[in-house]
Amino acid sequence: MEKTQVIVGLGSCGIAAGANKTYDAIQNIMEIDHLDIDLKKTSCVGMCFREPLVEVIDDTGYFLYGGIDEAKALEIVERHVQNHEPVKEYIVKSDLFPTKDDSYFEGQVKVALRNCGFIDPEKIEEAEEKGAYKALQKIANEGITREAVIQTVLDSGIRGRGGGGFPTGMKWKFAYNSPGKEKYIICNADEGDPGAFMDRSLLEGDPHAVLEGMAIGGYAIGASQGVIYCRAEYPLAIVRLNIAIEQARAKGYLGENACGIQGFYFDLYVKEGAGAFVCGEETALIASVEGERGMPRRRPPFPAVSGLWKKPTNINNVETFANVPYILLNGPEAYNQYGTDKSKGTKVFALTGKVKNGGLVEVPMGMTIENIIFKLGGGIQDDKQFKAVQLGGPSGGCIPAHLIHTPVDYDSVNATGAIMGSGGMVVMDETTCMVDLARFFLDFTQKESCGKCTFCRMGTKRMLEILTRITEGHGEDGDIEKLEELSVQIKDNSLCGLGQTAPNPVLTTIKYFRDEYEAHIRDKKCPAKSCVQLLTYEVIADKCTGCTVCAIKCPVDAIDGARKEIHFIRQEDCIKCGECYSRCKFEAIKLS
Amino acid sequence: MRISRIREAQENGQAAAEELFRLDPLIKKYKGKKGSMIPLLQGAQELFGYLPRKAFLKIASETGLELSDMYGVATFYAQFRLAPVGKHIVKVCHGTACHVQNAKALTSALQDTLGVNDGETTEDNMFTLESVACLGCCSLAPVMMIGDETYGNLDGKAASKVIREIKLNEKNAS
Repeated sequence: MEKTQVIVGLGSCGIAAGANKTYDAIQNIMEIDHLDIDLKKTSCVGMCFREPLVEVIDDTGYFLYGGIDEAKALEIVERHVQNHEPVKEYIVKSDLFPTKDDSYFEGQVKVALRNCGFIDPEKIEEAEEKGAYKALQKIANEGITREAVIQTVLDSGIRGRGGGGFPTGMKWKFAYNSPGKEKYIICNADEGDPGAFMDRSLLEGDPHAVLEGMAIGGYAIGASQGVIYCRAEYPLAIVRLNIAIEQARAKGYLGENACGIQGFYFDLYVKEGAGAFVCGEETALIASVEGERGMPRRRPPFPAVSGLWKKPTNINNVETFANVPYILLNGPEAYNQYGTDKSKGTKVFALTGKVKNGGLVEVPMGMTIENIIFKLGGGIQDDKQFKAVQLGGPSGGCIPAHLIHTPVDYDSVNATGAIMGSGGMVVMDETTCMVDLARFFLDFTQKESCGKCTFCRMGTKRMLEILTRITEGHGEDGDIEKLEELSVQIKDNSLCGLGQTAPNPVLTTIKYFRDEYEAHIRDKKCPAKSCVQLLTYEVIADKCTGCTVCAIKCPVDAIDGARKEIHFIRQEDCIKCGECYSRCKFEAIKLS
Repeated sequence: MRISRIREAQENGQAAAEELFRLDPLIKKYKGKKGSMIPLLQGAQELFGYLPRKAFLKIASETGLELSDMYGVATFYAQFRLAPVGKHIVKVCHGTACHVQNAKALTSALQDTLGVNDGETTEDNMFTLESVACLGCCSLAPVMMIGDETYGNLDGKAASKVIREIKLNEKNAS
């Protein structure tokens, strides 16, 4: 009889939900009761909405428990581990019987995330058992040439997963063709898009997949040095990467004759970013690695010709690298069987916002947005009305409800005005104001603009001012046209992706929700009831009982009325805090 | 651009007396290496919690890095601070997911509870209130982080309660 395995998910979001306490509780009881179980750690399987997660694997099968705090953990140990009685009420997935969360996994295909949540990311042996570094060994054993590696990646059809969507094989070919002995390969792990955490989960869950992908890329283009540029905001990812690098070195997967490929030297290190969204742009990232302000430069020369320290450099995203070993090991056909004609393979999305099942999903390209949000995501929180979904973060755009059947692939998404981006998918319901959302993104890009190009530096500032004015009820006729004009100019006159895409959220919200802009500007109303300064709170005379609660709670004494009399809100003094609205037990306050 | 972050140094006598010798191993490690400016500044901030003026001067004179370049880098990246911070840094996430879940309400409630504006430190040097872009815990939105502890699914009241509890603990400890 094999030992029962108890595995706790310790990714960043799991830890934030209290998974460390769950782990400690199980460890304690294990020691006290001298339990003969195999307690392990793993990372995120993507079910963020059910964290903390605990897996139990015993002779009878596989059980995944969700929402497990310390008390529930002890209950599971007692009832399941000791008395072999699975605690059905907490089970979210099992191979023995269906659960209501099964729909979350239906249609998902795990390629990049193949090992996430199934291995202890701090133990290389567990990764090896799941096939890590097998692709490198294949290159060594079968003597696959550099050209053949590039051809395989080209044949797979994989396109850059960081957002640009440029064919990875082409990129490698350019770097390969660049003359020079000293070349670099960089992994872009500066995931700055607010609302996206695919790369974080991947690095925390399966760092070896990324290291192996980079080593393969290094071999193909002829680079001996790799750099992983990772956000400092991801401390756990950095720790696990460094552990993984140490272990890979010790096992000979890095260093001289890396992985037994004769004459191939490859090593890498982690470079901590210092917090600048623009560093996701290739040339800005290179400047940052060199220790400078992360400002983009003019291209050409492209990094493939003159990049880090003016040497040929290839930069790919975390997810792209994680896919590479799979492609090399299983062949391009195994990869491009998934996806659509022009967008091959799978894509990881971070599903967040007003969706029931928020988390990470990996789906074949071409799945419809409807499928992702309503099948995998379980629909909208509190069963409200779905309004739009933001794809591609501050560089992307929103896709409205009537385009919900859009398949998610590079070209279909681009056709809507949004971009695929790195994979952030923020779902919005009827209570989200689209004008305010556009203002939010402009606020972000305006702060993150490096200041090099005038149109981006000043243009985003002016757009933000206009949008702020509109949301505060001071919009004027002609504002929409001004925004559109500025958008075009910023797009045309900015050097890098940040400026060229910054107006996207504004343009798409104007395109699909022009009526909301007009309501703000002409009627001074916010249809989503979200822009505070456009709200009015009024007492409904028929319903008011004169209980005085609202008058007592009003922080600025803007409500008149004596006991058992109908109250009245003085609009000129009201600060629209909503306190009366939330306090009234008789629903006698009207919000409009 | 983050011009708004460039504030007049709020250094008092205490901070000026930082034990600058603690920088020595760091300088030894990175001196003369290319691309070392960001790690040097990150290391210095790790030691002092912010970048004291004197640390700039010392690093510049001992490594040969230009003061202007260092200042340029320090004001470019969100991570670097030029003024001392409170004992507890309250980071309120304003990523997209948190925004649509009303992170604004958290910041405004915390501003009331702490009596400071976003980006400021309380008079007793106990709390610094900060807005950050994304903490990557989007499914728990809205989120705030104090020290290493992340608090999820908050509203204004719950966030204020956390602060009051920390205040109480501090009071009991002293």
